[in-house]
Amino acid sequence: MVRVEFLGPIQKEPLMLEITNLSELANILQGDKEMHVWLENSAVAVNDMLVSRRDIELKDGDRVALLPPVCGG
Amino acid sequence: MLYLYDGALNVPEILKDWYEQEAKSNYGAYIPFVGTVRSEDGIEGLSFDIYEPILKSWFEAWQERAKAEGAVIKMAHSRGDVMLHESSYIAAVFSPKRRVALEFIDEFVEDFKASAPIWKYDLKGGKRVYALERSTAIKGSGILK
Repeated sequence: MVRVEFLGPIQKEPLMLEITNLSELANILQGDKEMHVWLENSAVAVNDMLVSRRDIELKDGDRVALLPPVCGG
Repeated sequence: MLYLYDGALNVPEILKDWYEQEAKSNYGAYIPFVGTVRSEDGIEGLSFDIYEPILKSWFEAWQERAKAEGAVIKMAHSRGDVMLHESSYIAAVFSPKRRVALEFIDEFVEDFKASAPIWKYDLKGGKRVYALERSTAIKGSGILK
């Protein structure tokens, strides 16, 4: 199982999913209307490393996080 | 050196501590930047969420860059609520000569704004409202759309 977390202002509980890559996650989240805006503007981290491609392989125990637009300071 | 606090920062104490930590380190320049909550658009204050694991790795990468120039970066940030005229952010660079510190503080603060995993909310009418219009999408965002 892969744990998917939604950080900051995304009001969504973590998901536990049987997925093997980020394209499968994209397909699942695209089915959730409330996620559409966040999918446009969020970055993705796998095991706390930011990634820039969808074809990254996911294995059991991996953690994925969605990071919406930031504004520190 | 990254320091996270619940609520507003004690600016005089932090600046003094950092000064004293490096007083004998032979740095010629200490350049701090302090971010303070201003009164605008009727806000009562700001509130912050932080995702620490990625903030720490982002900061460590900057510290390595600074080290290569003989400099050191320190940063303090608030979690939770910070009210008007209180401070939520301090960044400082120590370096042997002023030019390196002046350039680093500029680049560091700009990248902090664009990349550090911190989310800002306006406190208004007792509510916490995400400041989307003032926020920046992290480089590489949108791969799941």
